[in-house]
Amino acid sequence: MARTQVQDINQSLYDFVMPEVGAERYADGLTPDIVRAISKKKHEPAWMLEMRLQALELYQSMEMAPNWGASIEGLNMDHISTYVAPNAKRTNSWDDVPDEIKETFERLGIPEAERETLAGVGAQYDSEIVYHNMRESVADQGVIYTTIEDALTDPELEPIVHKYFGKLLPMIEHKFSALHYAVWSGSSFVYVPAGVTLPFPLQSYFRLNAQGAGQFEHTLIIVEEGGNLHFIEGCSAPKYNVANLHAGAVEIFVGDGAHMRYSTIENWSKNMFNLNTKRSTVGKDAHMEWVSGSFGSHVSYLYPSTILAGDNSDCEFTGITFAGATQDLDTGCKVTMNGKNTNASINTKSISKDGGINTFRSSVIIGPHAENARASVSCQSLMLDDMSRSDTIPAMDVRCASASVGHEATIGRISDDTVFYLMSRGCSEGEARTMVVNGFANPISKELPMEYAVEMNNLIKLEMEGAIG
Amino acid sequence: MADTLLKVAGLSAGAGDKAILHGIDLAIDAGETHVLMGPNGAGKSTLGHVIMGDPTFEVTDGSILFNGADITEKSPTDRSLAGMFLSYQAPVEVPGLPLYTFLRTICQMRPELKTTARKFRDEVGALADELDLDQGLIMRELNVGFSGGEKKKIEMLQLLLLKPKLAILDETDSGLDVDALSIVSKGIEAYRQRCDGSLLVITHNTRILERLDVDRTHVMVKGHLVAEGSASLIHEIDAHGFEHYEHALESEG
Repeated sequence: MARTQVQDINQSLYDFVMPEVGAERYADGLTPDIVRAISKKKHEPAWMLEMRLQALELYQSMEMAPNWGASIEGLNMDHISTYVAPNAKRTNSWDDVPDEIKETFERLGIPEAERETLAGVGAQYDSEIVYHNMRESVADQGVIYTTIEDALTDPELEPIVHKYFGKLLPMIEHKFSALHYAVWSGSSFVYVPAGVTLPFPLQSYFRLNAQGAGQFEHTLIIVEEGGNLHFIEGCSAPKYNVANLHAGAVEIFVGDGAHMRYSTIENWSKNMFNLNTKRSTVGKDAHMEWVSGSFGSHVSYLYPSTILAGDNSDCEFTGITFAGATQDLDTGCKVTMNGKNTNASINTKSISKDGGINTFRSSVIIGPHAENARASVSCQSLMLDDMSRSDTIPAMDVRCASASVGHEATIGRISDDTVFYLMSRGCSEGEARTMVVNGFANPISKELPMEYAVEMNNLIKLEMEGAIG
Repeated sequence: MADTLLKVAGLSAGAGDKAILHGIDLAIDAGETHVLMGPNGAGKSTLGHVIMGDPTFEVTDGSILFNGADITEKSPTDRSLAGMFLSYQAPVEVPGLPLYTFLRTICQMRPELKTTARKFRDEVGALADELDLDQGLIMRELNVGFSGGEKKKIEMLQLLLLKPKLAILDETDSGLDVDALSIVSKGIEAYRQRCDGSLLVITHNTRILERLDVDRTHVMVKGHLVAEGSASLIHEIDAHGFEHYEHALESEG
C-alpha cells in the first residue's frame, strides 16, 4: 500500500496579512529609550516605568538560551520590534475599529462569538487592544473587564493592579519574563467580586499581524472568594519568513472557594517563537482548571503552572499539542502543592507528524505540609509516522509521606488493522486516519466550549487533509 | 441462471515471503449462500481479507471480479462502496469515536443510503432492538469495552444498515454463547431476506449453519480449496472432520 501523504496545514483561515496602515512601529532591538517611550505613551505611573527599566537591566544581564528544551536558534532579538501599535484607538464598538482590523477579527469569528456566547471580548492587534466590551448585565454585578493600561489610569483600579501585577510571575523567572516586564503592552484585567458567577465566558483574542514583531500582552485575573469565571484566550498570526516572538504573561489569583477555568486555543503561525508564561495561585476549597490546545508556532515553551496554596484546593490540567513539520513544541504543566488534601489531575495528549517534535514536561512538587495530597499525571502520545518524535519528561518532587502520586505514559501509532477496518466500511484512508486522530483528541475537545471544540476538530481535519491511499 | 456476483480466479496470495493461498477458484452468484470450511490455519480468514482488499496481504497471481468489474487492485474503500462487506472475527476498537457518529458517517457517504437525521435515528433504534442491543451502547465509543457478543452484534448492525451485495462473515459465530448466536443468526437471515444479498460464511464449526439455507459448501486445507459440494457436504464434515482432506492433499503433493 502506498504511504500516506499528509500535506502541510492549510493555514488559509488564519494566514492572511493586512497592510500596516499608519502603524506606529518602534525600532528593532531594545534600549532604555524604547522602554521609556512605551511607558510614556501609556501615561503610566512612575512605579511601572521603574519596574520596566529594572526588568530591562535584568533581561540584558541574563543568558539568551536555556540549556534544555527546543532550540531558539533563529530568534534574533535585534530583529524583533517590541512595539507596533495599530493606528486605532481602543473602543467598545466594532463600528469604530478600522476596517482592515475589523475584517481580521470578523474572519476569525470574534464579533459573532461575542454576540452568541460570550460575556465580554477583548481584541488585541499587534501591541495594543483595539476593542474591548462587556455585557452590561455582567458589569452591573461589579465585574471589571478592561485593559491594565486603562486600569492604571483609573484611581480606583490602580491600587489593585499595583497590588497584584508581577507578584505571581516574578521578572527573574527567566530571560523572557524579564523581557516581558520591560516591554509588555496590550492586556486584559479581570476582576470578579466575591460570590459573582459569570453566566458566559470572557474572551481575549490576540492577533499578531506585523512582520518581525513581538507580542507581550499581560493578563491579570483576580477572582474573589466564591467567584466563578471562565476565561478564553485565542491567538493566531499570519506566516512570515522571519521570526516573530510571543512572550506574554498570565497571572491568575483564585480566591477561597472560587472556581476558575482558563481555556486556550493557540494557533500561532509556524514562524512564531512562543515563550509564554502562565501561573495561578489557588486559595482554600478553590478550583482551577486549565484547558489548552496548542497547534501552532515553530517553537513553544509553555507550562501553565498552578500553586495549590489553600487546603482542599484542586486543579485540573487538560491539554493537547499537535506538532507537524518544522515544529518543536515543548509543553506541559507545573503544579506546586502546599495545602492539605489538595488534588492535582494532569491529563495530556500529543500528536506528532511529518517530523514534528513533541516534548511533554511536567513538574509536580508536593511540599512538606501538603498532607494527603493526591496527584495523577497521564500523558498519551500518538505518532503518525516514523520521522516524528515524542518525549515525555515527568518530574515529581514529593516531600510529604502521606502524599499519593501516580504517573502513566503511553505512546501509540495508528494501527494498520484499524485503518483497514474503517476503510472496509467505506472510509478513505485519509478519513480513517482523521477519525482515529479525532477520537484520540476527543476527551480534550469535550472539555472545550462547543464552538472551540468544532474549531479544534477543524484544525485536526486541516492537518490531516490531503491523505491519499 | 443467476448472475455471477463474485468470481475469484486462480488467486494466490501471501504475506511477506509466506505464501498462504494457492490458486483459489470460487464463484458466488447473486442471492446465494456459500460456506467456507476448513481446519484452523487453513487460510479461510486470509481469503476473506484478500477479497476485501486487506493491504497486509499481497496478491501474487489471479484475479477477483465483483459485479463484472476487476477489483484485484482496488482499495478496500472502493470495494466497500461497490457493495462488499467483511464482518470481522475480531472487530477493532476505536477510542473516542462515537459509534453513532461512525454509523451515520458510513451511511451518509453512500448516496443510496443518505437520509434525514430523524429517519436514521429511528432505523438504528429499530435495528438495535432487533439485535437485542442496549441503546446505551450506540452512544459509546466504537467497540471500546464491548463484550465479544456485543462486537459481533455491532457488525450485524452495520451489515443491516449498509445493505451490501455481498457479505463475507469471518468466524462471526466464534466465541458466542447460545443466545448471542441465535440473535446473530437472526441478523444474517434478516440480511438475506431484506437485501437479497449473497453470503460467504467462513466458519470451522457447523452450528451456525443449522439455521442457514446453504447453496454451496467449500473446503479449504492448507491454502487450497480441496472440495466443493452442496449443503450435504457440511454433514459429512460434521461426521468425519477434515483429516481425510489433509491426507489427500499430502499424498497429492
